[in-house]
Amino acid sequence: MSKLVVSTIGPASSVQDGGRHGAQRYGLTPSGAMDPLALAAANTLAGNTAFAAAIEIGPFGAAFTAREGAVRVALSGTPRSADIAGRAVASDTSMTLSDGETLTLGFARGGAFSYLAIEGGIAGEPMFGSLAVNARAGLGSPYPRPLQAGDELQTQIASGTPERRIELPPIVDGPIRVVWGPQDDEFGEEAKALFLESEWKISATSDRMGYRLEGPVIKHLHGHNIVSDGTVNGSIQVPGNGAPIVLMPDRGTSGGYPKIATSITADLGRFAQTPAGKAFRFKAVSMADAQGEARKFAKLLRSLPDRLRAVENFDLNIEALRDANVAGSAVSAIDARTWQAPSADALAQD
Amino acid sequence: MAATLSPPRILPSGDSAITVEFSHNIDDAANQRVLALDRTLANEPVAGITETVPTYRSLLVHYDPVVIDFDTLGEQIVALAQRPVPPASKTRRWRIPVVYGGEHGVDLEDVAKSLQTTPDDLVARHVAGDYRVAMIGFTPGWSYLSGLEKFLHMPRRQNPRLLTPAGTISIGGVQTGVQCLAGPSGWHLLGRTAVRTYLLHRDPIFLLEPGDRVKFSPVDAKTFAEQDRAAANGEIVAELMAS
Repeated sequence: MSKLVVSTIGPASSVQDGGRHGAQRYGLTPSGAMDPLALAAANTLAGNTAFAAAIEIGPFGAAFTAREGAVRVALSGTPRSADIAGRAVASDTSMTLSDGETLTLGFARGGAFSYLAIEGGIAGEPMFGSLAVNARAGLGSPYPRPLQAGDELQTQIASGTPERRIELPPIVDGPIRVVWGPQDDEFGEEAKALFLESEWKISATSDRMGYRLEGPVIKHLHGHNIVSDGTVNGSIQVPGNGAPIVLMPDRGTSGGYPKIATSITADLGRFAQTPAGKAFRFKAVSMADAQGEARKFAKLLRSLPDRLRAVENFDLNIEALRDANVAGSAVSAIDARTWQAPSADALAQD
Repeated sequence: MAATLSPPRILPSGDSAITVEFSHNIDDAANQRVLALDRTLANEPVAGITETVPTYRSLLVHYDPVVIDFDTLGEQIVALAQRPVPPASKTRRWRIPVVYGGEHGVDLEDVAKSLQTTPDDLVARHVAGDYRVAMIGFTPGWSYLSGLEKFLHMPRRQNPRLLTPAGTISIGGVQTGVQCLAGPSGWHLLGRTAVRTYLLHRDPIFLLEPGDRVKFSPVDAKTFAEQDRAAANGEIVAELMAS
């Protein structure tokens, strides 16, 4: 066994995988990666199954050091500068750290989360089939909390497999698509039109439970208290103050605010990557379109192994140089995101 | 034979879940139908359904849209939900020990005052109730109980508390509840139980199931402290009564 040691890391970084399913009936939320496609891409590069546990890295920088042997890793998700012992490396590639070498990552650029997958996965004790951290429930392995400097992740010694890059479809910068409901009848036509026509921004007080939106006040027809019912990733609930909250993988399993709409599955990861302060819009689509997109997304996930390419030194250097150059100049709004604890109002049930 | 039941509302919760709504309000009959549909789907699995989550008035059905589409699944669920409600077999009945008032139930006196009764009467009324686990949600093990007598119905607090203790027994609206983990709450805190409805590394990890019956029994602070130590070590502490 070798290990990857966390040398430095910022907040909102934790071990995540495809999530913990089957216990929502007991109030246990699934957790899991904020951007499932990026997790799957990183894992595919590292030779793992798509939803194996990997390191979800928040907006700030991080550094990891291989110990007791070489460690092969792969980076995907939001671009950020990356180097090993001063050699720049590109996103969406695998790379091998020799014993003692450190991978240093910069701030997220234009997004929020990157995923560092480790060849052979992360050794841990699964709970309900998952290592994903759910700090509030005391779940997650090897650490049931966000990662801290000094943490050690046990893994296998690098196999020596040639490095790969992965060709992902370009990310479309369009509106976040939603289907109305389940409680859109708690809102009038005016409120629904305002929801679609307005520009929204993600508040700095957002976290893995929910993204709070800044924009106009969305008024309810009959008040904001409904009898609690179940939530999903992407539920858009509107509490009493009229500021929508989009529920994310650490959401409460039930909630007592009306849910005006729900993000389509195919757009959840892209939404999770929206930087604080960047304006975006919602677009309503039909159920048939949403499910068509969900099936396309499932197909894309299945196609990832076919998207692996050999890394030519030429490719790697050009990519890495481009990343390194951009890294020097770009400081996005995301750097200022503070990841505070949500208020009592957001957390109180009903 | 029972008359045909009214169809539930099939509401979309995104492209991968359906909210099967039996009532707009907290309604015991609707909750029974939720739990009955949940049992039906457990006994007669429909391909594509990945997880079901019962709540007071609706059943959330997660599914894989690659396997089944919204319209097809919605029709199947409506058909299954209109069957007569089968009686729940072997309902489990729990007795849960509670230390009421004082530091363990900081709102007991105020609630008694606002209901114009004594703390003792309030406890006696809460203990007399025969409750059912209507749903478990919000945070792991947070069990919402139906069956609170009307006299004890109270609006929630104007200002929710950010942190309330693990094991809190509280009332809010028309409900009472057993809270497992420390966390925020807008309900009125009557007492605490040592019972862990959720405890990792214990078998079972989750003690209560939706549909279980619950009664509370008062214990003193010393007994609570003893039970709390035992429960932390994996003892169940709650008593399963002969049904």
